[in-house]
Amino acid sequence: MEKQVTGGNIQKMETPGGKGAASCCSPAESTTKADAGSCCGQPKDALGQPGVVDGSSRPATVTVEWSQADYIGQIKCRLGFSRMEYTVSPGLYAVGKPDNGSDVLVSANYKLSFDILRHSLKGLSVWILALDTKGINVWCAAGKGTFGTDELVSRISATGLKGIVSHKRIILPQLGAPGVAAHVVHKKTGFNVYYGPVDAKDIPAYIAAGYAATADMRTVKFTFTDRLVLTPMELVPALKKYPLYALSVLALFGLGPLGIRFESAWSGGWPFLLIGLITVLAGAFVTPALLNVVPSRSFAVKGWITGMALLLASSGFTGIFGMDYVLMVATFILFPLLSSYIALQFTGSTVFTGMSGVKKELKFAIPVYLLAAFISFVLIVIYKLREFGVA
Amino acid sequence: MKYLLDVTSLELFKEKCTGCGLCAEVCPHAVFAIKDKKAEITDRDMCMECGACAINCAYGAIKVDAGVGCASAIIGGMITNSNPACGCGDSATKNSECC
Repeated sequence: MEKQVTGGNIQKMETPGGKGAASCCSPAESTTKADAGSCCGQPKDALGQPGVVDGSSRPATVTVEWSQADYIGQIKCRLGFSRMEYTVSPGLYAVGKPDNGSDVLVSANYKLSFDILRHSLKGLSVWILALDTKGINVWCAAGKGTFGTDELVSRISATGLKGIVSHKRIILPQLGAPGVAAHVVHKKTGFNVYYGPVDAKDIPAYIAAGYAATADMRTVKFTFTDRLVLTPMELVPALKKYPLYALSVLALFGLGPLGIRFESAWSGGWPFLLIGLITVLAGAFVTPALLNVVPSRSFAVKGWITGMALLLASSGFTGIFGMDYVLMVATFILFPLLSSYIALQFTGSTVFTGMSGVKKELKFAIPVYLLAAFISFVLIVIYKLREFGVA
Repeated sequence: MKYLLDVTSLELFKEKCTGCGLCAEVCPHAVFAIKDKKAEITDRDMCMECGACAINCAYGAIKVDAGVGCASAIIGGMITNSNPACGCGDSATKNSECC
């Protein structure tokens, strides 16, 4: 009845029509807010509509093991390649050999999340209900409302869940709670929402304990490793702007009264190419990685401190203290604040920054950034005019 | 890790609370505890305003201005004069740099 799809992680079940239902991606449990995005690219081995149980097709069965393609997909996602297409089809999936008494685990249709969920279900026979979260992880989607009451209610009816299980128990990831009103789901579908643990790996223990999560399973962690895996998505967007920055720096230093001079573009510009890289590293990598070590609660301040520290630490290479003093002052004003701005972006990836706090930071930080940018601009103009012998 | 102090918009109306405990269950930062059949806030500075408690309270005993604690979303909201929203998952904008 079942056979393994070659190279895929999903087995297809023969259906009356002879067409198997399988898709490479399925629901998932997100462990961190920043797992957002969807990866996977429409799976090449997607053969049909998984999950739709209307008599003509049956839920696809997914394995708990990851294939090589799954591992590669995960790495690509983490680096930001085609993560918005890394999805599984919304619908119902089978893990093991579930029957009408088996548990139903609800997840997102971001394949990274779906894979983490199925990988944690070794030895279990359960159903997975993947909601259409537009390829976004559970927590982010819950915040947006796509992992939400309405989608859950309609997905329950679209998959005919009532005809598949004889109980009234659906287990949601705890981090899906910001989008779902459990009492409304009960009123509209008759199903009782059980909030499972934050982390998918705790699901077997949660089920074994009679649907009880320990206090530890209920709290979200943000370890060094958790933060480290998020840094590529901080570095990549910042580095995409680097070529433009580099070009501007070279143009600025090469600009003479009689046109661009390549020699002075390089001799004057290279320290700033280095300082630019160091600044990106400070804001997008060092600050997130050492988040708990860098002083201050404010991300803007943390980023400034890290940026300033690396600027000073690298002064031996960049020769910043030997520069024209107008240029030196502009550098010390501009670059630590640039690191501050980049570090502030990490608030979108953390598990503990709230909107009111970020708004408070921005209220203070944005005027400072704008003022600093203006002052730096004026200083650079003064520097160039003096160089030209005008001022 | 704790973010800025004394900024959260979280409010608990004890008179409406039935002590069902769902808020304590869904909160990822253990902000709530149930004592004497009533919810109480243990450490409000741990609140990240995700809104899980408020949406799941069937009795309307919790209010919080829920939203994304994400600088680029909030800056985007300021520029377009709209509510801060994360761009992820809007099929119109295939933004691969988001979240």
